[in-house]
Amino acid sequence: MALPDGWEMVIGLEVHTELKTATKLFCGCANMFGDEPNTNICPVCLGLPGALPVLNERAVELAMALGFALHCTVAPSTFHRKNYFYPDMPKDFQISQYDLPINSNGYLDLPDGSRVGIERAHLEEDTGKSTHLGGSGRLQGADRSLIDYNRSGVPLVEIVSAPDIRSAAQARAYAAELRGILIATGASDGRMEEGSMRMDANVSVRKSGAPYGTRCEIKNLNSLRSLVRAIEYEALRQVELLEDGGVVRQETRHWDENLGETSTLRVKEEAEDYRYFREPDLVDLAPSDEWQSRVRAALPPMPAERRTTLAAKLSDPTEQQLDAVTLAVDLDLDAYVLFAYAKGVEMPLALNRATNELAASEVGVVNLSPENFAETLLMEQRGELSATQAKTVLSDILANGGEPKAVAAAKGFEQLSEDSLVATVTGLIEAHADEWGRYRDGDDKLAQFFIGQVMKATKGQANGKAVIEILVQRRAGS
Amino acid sequence: MSAELTRDDVAKVARLARLTLSDAELDLFTEQLRGILDHAEDIAALNLEGVEATAHPFGLTNVVRADEVRQSLSRDEVLAAAPDAREGRFAVPRILGEAP
Amino acid sequence: MTSAISIAREVASGATSAEAQLEKSLEAIAARNDELNVFLYLDEEGARAQARAVDEKVRAGEPVGPLAGVPIALKDNLCQRGVPTTCSSRILEGWRPPYSATVVERVLAAGAVAVGKTNLDEFAMGSSTETSAFGPTRNPLDPSRVPGGSSGGSAAAVAAQMTTISLGSDTGGSIRQPAALCGLVGMKPTYGLVSRYGLIAFSSSLDQIGPFAANVADAALLLEVIAGHDPKDSTSLPEPSPSLLAHVNDGVAGKRVGVVRELIEGADDEVVAAVNAAVAVLRDAGAEIVELSIPETRLGLSAYYLLAPAEASSNLARFDGVRYGLRVDAEDVTAMNEATRTLGFGAEVKRRIMLGTYALSAGYYDAYYGQALKVRTQMIHAFREAYQKVDFLIGATTPSVAFKFGEKSDNPMAMYLSDVFTIPTNLAGEAAVSVPFGHGASGLPIGVQLLGPGRSEAMLFAGARVLEVAEGR
Repeated sequence: MALPDGWEMVIGLEVHTELKTATKLFCGCANMFGDEPNTNICPVCLGLPGALPVLNERAVELAMALGFALHCTVAPSTFHRKNYFYPDMPKDFQISQYDLPINSNGYLDLPDGSRVGIERAHLEEDTGKSTHLGGSGRLQGADRSLIDYNRSGVPLVEIVSAPDIRSAAQARAYAAELRGILIATGASDGRMEEGSMRMDANVSVRKSGAPYGTRCEIKNLNSLRSLVRAIEYEALRQVELLEDGGVVRQETRHWDENLGETSTLRVKEEAEDYRYFREPDLVDLAPSDEWQSRVRAALPPMPAERRTTLAAKLSDPTEQQLDAVTLAVDLDLDAYVLFAYAKGVEMPLALNRATNELAASEVGVVNLSPENFAETLLMEQRGELSATQAKTVLSDILANGGEPKAVAAAKGFEQLSEDSLVATVTGLIEAHADEWGRYRDGDDKLAQFFIGQVMKATKGQANGKAVIEILVQRRAGS
Repeated sequence: MSAELTRDDVAKVARLARLTLSDAELDLFTEQLRGILDHAEDIAALNLEGVEATAHPFGLTNVVRADEVRQSLSRDEVLAAAPDAREGRFAVPRILGEAP
Repeated sequence: MTSAISIAREVASGATSAEAQLEKSLEAIAARNDELNVFLYLDEEGARAQARAVDEKVRAGEPVGPLAGVPIALKDNLCQRGVPTTCSSRILEGWRPPYSATVVERVLAAGAVAVGKTNLDEFAMGSSTETSAFGPTRNPLDPSRVPGGSSGGSAAAVAAQMTTISLGSDTGGSIRQPAALCGLVGMKPTYGLVSRYGLIAFSSSLDQIGPFAANVADAALLLEVIAGHDPKDSTSLPEPSPSLLAHVNDGVAGKRVGVVRELIEGADDEVVAAVNAAVAVLRDAGAEIVELSIPETRLGLSAYYLLAPAEASSNLARFDGVRYGLRVDAEDVTAMNEATRTLGFGAEVKRRIMLGTYALSAGYYDAYYGQALKVRTQMIHAFREAYQKVDFLIGATTPSVAFKFGEKSDNPMAMYLSDVFTIPTNLAGEAAVSVPFGHGASGLPIGVQLLGPGRSEAMLFAGARVLEVAEGR
């Protein structure tokens, strides 16, 4: 979608990600999604009088890892209290970072070569979860709400981008790339459907080159699809409003996925007065150089570097192959591709099978080791399996496990011996003397005819390349 | 500065703090808070440009704990003091708006 | 009165039993609690079980702790698992915490017998216990007068010999002032020396838990038991509990003692006379006396009455009727929060929440809260400079002896001024002890305050002990 001529979107994203720690940010309760309500609760995360927070070391390390991956400055930081009343927040304040966040001033490079600035990526605690009774089960119209504090105190990092994004597609690419980084650093599982990555978008529009317009913050973006749809809807709404002579009000808007619309949630006429002040129950965080180096050294390669590594193994890659490279990294399958490549599998084949057969697996790749992936592809490459057979073997191992040779044997994909293939080809040459004659005289197209005949005779178990080799040898020898 | 503290300011602060004040209380608090803030003029008026703020008397840093799961409370203990609990959760009257 | 040290020794040797000591304590409580309103809750059953457990250990020849069988009273802002904890507020009435404060665990592990929970100013906001929602505590030495506050109940418990020792908390003088008014030893330890885990917060950066006792050695012993690093409190100092009791008789020979003008001026003549007499005793004991001025301490009161309410306004937000304590039902959750807080908090608590909310609100932060934090920095530097010249400081604990009920309760500022000498120590995060020395014309005790740098508790107790000995105790 494009805006009417002369208009430009300006987008900044705020991404909240739950950190993949064993425990909550300030207490030893399990950080676990989906448990029975109010079972991972202690005096600290229930905000009982007298309870005190103690910072989770692992959460700090994951936040730092994320900071390094986003090229941020990791600096001494402090915690503040953000004061407001809300029933899902047990202390009626949120412990967050304010003027001194742990990470600031970074950037994220997108696959298309564009760069989006990262203003900050700070630590804070999550709130509990409300469910609403009566009405339609939504907040509006409910008679009563029920609160589960299991999520209260789960560590979050809020990653705030600069307003550098100029299209919904770029916003999508940013979110996808960020998600890859979250997963690569081990900071998060990136599961949007479980709320471990939640997005708000600040959207404004302007005439190209004009100063920034008034922005609206859109909440409730729970998938890349809703991110794109909501931004496109909102930008167009603002342009139409402005073209009709109206003004954009600074407000918070809610995205309704079913209606495909944003609607006013809250007007920001009077700025919220959060009465931020230093959290007196926590001390400053000032990671030593040694601690920072340790975290940095443990950082695995990020998606961009992994894409470069994969792409470098392709000579003169096509657009399609580059897409496959991106996909392989997105799906965390690049290690399989590289392993197979190292074992002698040709890159396009490895990439192809990874981004098709492996990607299609409903249970992931737990049943398939990189060794067995490489072995299957080598068998295919050596002509011991046809392409169809190799795909079948992979699918079977992905679903049920097993060794490629054993699986191939069980499927009856016993490789024809060299001798019997020669015998079959010889027999077919005699039975189809005319076609053989034309092939012998140089009509290469007829090789396909013979391959087809061989496949028919062997019920698809022969390898096409091997058949051609035999044909070529016979022609040369005749 | 505190002489400027108005009854409206006090009413606004009461809303922020979730307290209902009667008219008489509003008057009384306005007067009393003015008195306290007048006393605080001695520090409000100081020039402390360049003095660092101390939130903590001792400069402890990096106090962290290992990421190890500890025993949580039982749900019965969690809900024991709840004024209203249903379906294993804390029940509250309807919530008027989304969290900010 | 028998000291905690001798009770523990006799319980351990079998000369007396924890149960017998508890019965004495319960008798004393039964005799005067209706009159004095010291205990909000008596945990007879729990205390009997604790006492029995101590006695069984003694009989079995197992080691018992340093407070074996010593009856102790707990200020009702300290959480004790399963025991009602109210902070003297309607908003928490009937709440039984599912966990215990670290200090409560430590005194129980040391063999002390926790008799019950004592009255305080609501959420520790006050200097007389008059703001308690459950009525004021009376001073056992003169029931027409206040026991001081906010830890008035814990002071009265020891003064009325209901328990041998007690725990209080001190945010701006809430241990030292009632200790002075009730004729007891009371210590505000260095910030972070004692874990705050399980202390219902008033002002987190100022609150410290500390001991009350009838004599210096008992106070030192009790502080030794509760002090030392606690991983549950991020602001807890990293070191283990210091050795205090062993140094109580170290004396003050060769110490330099600063007499601080600002910590005496404005006090009643009889209080000034007592401080001067104490200075003379210290000089006679071999201390070198230096006259000092620390003008920054004059700013303490203003800084305190911005900082403490600001933190309190946030700490007390959680009392909203959702999870525990009082709920006043209403149409929607916001109205419910407001109705609950309006009914649940008393006037002084509301006043400080209002003041603190205002001090933190947009537009005023820099002028008030931000400025107070800077004054605090100056206070720390001023004290540090003083401690370059002297080892510890001396001044009055309170401007006067115990005052009558109602004398200051109508005027918040007058009440706040009774903390003027104690507040600077809290702001600086340092240590100070109040020790009884002399009496006023009314026969009521006067408290002298010894102030030292962080971690100077052993030296301060030794100084206090010199004054105690001079009075023949």
